[in-house]
Amino acid sequence: MSWTADEMMTVAAARALRGDTRCFVGIGLPSTAANLARRTHAPDLVLVYESGTIGAKPDRLPLSIGDGVLAETADAVVSVPEMFNYWLQPGRIGVGFLGAAQLDRYANINTTVIGTDYDDPRVRLPGAGGAPEIAASCGEVIVVVRQSTRTFVDRVDFVTSVGHGKGPGDRERLGLRGRGPVLVITDLGVLEPDPGDCELTLTRLHPGVTAEQAVAATGWPLRIAPGVTTTEPPSDDELTALRSLTGAEEPA
Amino acid sequence: MTARIVSLAEAVAELVHDGDTVALEGFTHLIPVAAGHEIIRQRRRGLTLVRMTPDIVYDQLIGAGCAAKLIFSWAGNPGVGSLHRFRDAVQHAWPVPLEIEEHSHAGMANRYVAGASGLPFAVMRGYSGTDLPAHTATVAPIQCPFTGEMLTAVPALNPDVGIVHAQRADRRGNVQFWGITGVHKEVVLASARSLVTVEEIVDELTPMPGAVVLPGWAVTRVALVPGGAHPSYAMGFSERDNDHYQAWDAISRDRDTFGQWLTEVLG
Repeated sequence: MSWTADEMMTVAAARALRGDTRCFVGIGLPSTAANLARRTHAPDLVLVYESGTIGAKPDRLPLSIGDGVLAETADAVVSVPEMFNYWLQPGRIGVGFLGAAQLDRYANINTTVIGTDYDDPRVRLPGAGGAPEIAASCGEVIVVVRQSTRTFVDRVDFVTSVGHGKGPGDRERLGLRGRGPVLVITDLGVLEPDPGDCELTLTRLHPGVTAEQAVAATGWPLRIAPGVTTTEPPSDDELTALRSLTGAEEPA
Repeated sequence: MTARIVSLAEAVAELVHDGDTVALEGFTHLIPVAAGHEIIRQRRRGLTLVRMTPDIVYDQLIGAGCAAKLIFSWAGNPGVGSLHRFRDAVQHAWPVPLEIEEHSHAGMANRYVAGASGLPFAVMRGYSGTDLPAHTATVAPIQCPFTGEMLTAVPALNPDVGIVHAQRADRRGNVQFWGITGVHKEVVLASARSLVTVEEIVDELTPMPGAVVLPGWAVTRVALVPGGAHPSYAMGFSERDNDHYQAWDAISRDRDTFGQWLTEVLG
């Protein structure tokens, strides 16, 4: 079966979720990936949506975080203050899944404004939502985002959610409890923070993508790991499960 | 004392005044959309609108010129994209300038908790390292008096009026809601005055798993508005009308098509 770059990205994100991990999920690609993981290799994955549903087992993709299918199938439904104060803040959630409008080399995330004048922005974005505390308090964070020079910028215009700050030790100094972003999964490949200086480094390329393409889609001089590998292509089973979720046809 | 049951038009006329701070809440579920439209119809001006997740009904209120300020944590058309009337107000001051006060979800939720608790502020971990505190005066560092740890304080939110939609009330104005309950309880208890629009009014409330009941004496007014959450969800009554959310994107992109929509709502 052939596949699209978005399908490869979603499958790669799903594979990053393992076992009975408690996973804080937003609508869109994270929700698709988490539901795909639960249908394939990780049936015990615990899906937590910020609307207050813990352990949701939807039989279709929810249209929004308020979808009744999440409440009806959850182990527990809690209020929003309880979700953030009792479940997220003390570190009970293993993985947080975040998107980004802008991302920098230390995986700091902007979803607030494009343009450096906050009061007169070029583009007003939705804002923080749950992301700052997800980035601060989940055990680790996986960022899923399409790679382009518009998104992968040298400096984010606004730090909505902290990745690795300006480098090693910053998270600890700020009192942030989780490990921060451990993977950035894109439509071109996978980036991981360098264990030494936390700078995002390309460690995997999706099949058919070249390192030059990834470099060209990055707004800073992208480092390529010496042992960069190629992602395993999506299996037929993964694609079938994904398309039954999204209702997509096989690409022509 | 019990909540008086009145018509929606009567409730809005009585409770919502120009210049008020008004919160219409509903975390994607049970959004009081009809009440928002009534505020537009009654042409309220200069409101400080509060809501964690301003979505299309806030886009409509902002585009209609009801709002002078927005206090929020995530403004978008969920699952669809941007709010174009909100963007136009922030980027181009159309139809009137819109001041914003911006938080995270955790910050907003805690502000309501402090408001409902009768406390001046709430304490939480959060905002550390982000650019939000530099632009939001209602975020401040605070030191734990016991451990010395630096934390974040956010002040109580106590709206003049809190408005939510719920599944049902009884004839004495006791309100019952269930499913995704968001910050419904907190906003009603934090507000000086409250309005709950409901799908149905019954003689006796039937116990429901996980339901929240707000006694009539804790609610100012109840209005019977079946379908009052459309196009959002009302669990047990109606599903989300997703086509409506998608259609809003095209209507709201353009000031003229928005104007036509507004004329229809104003009647």
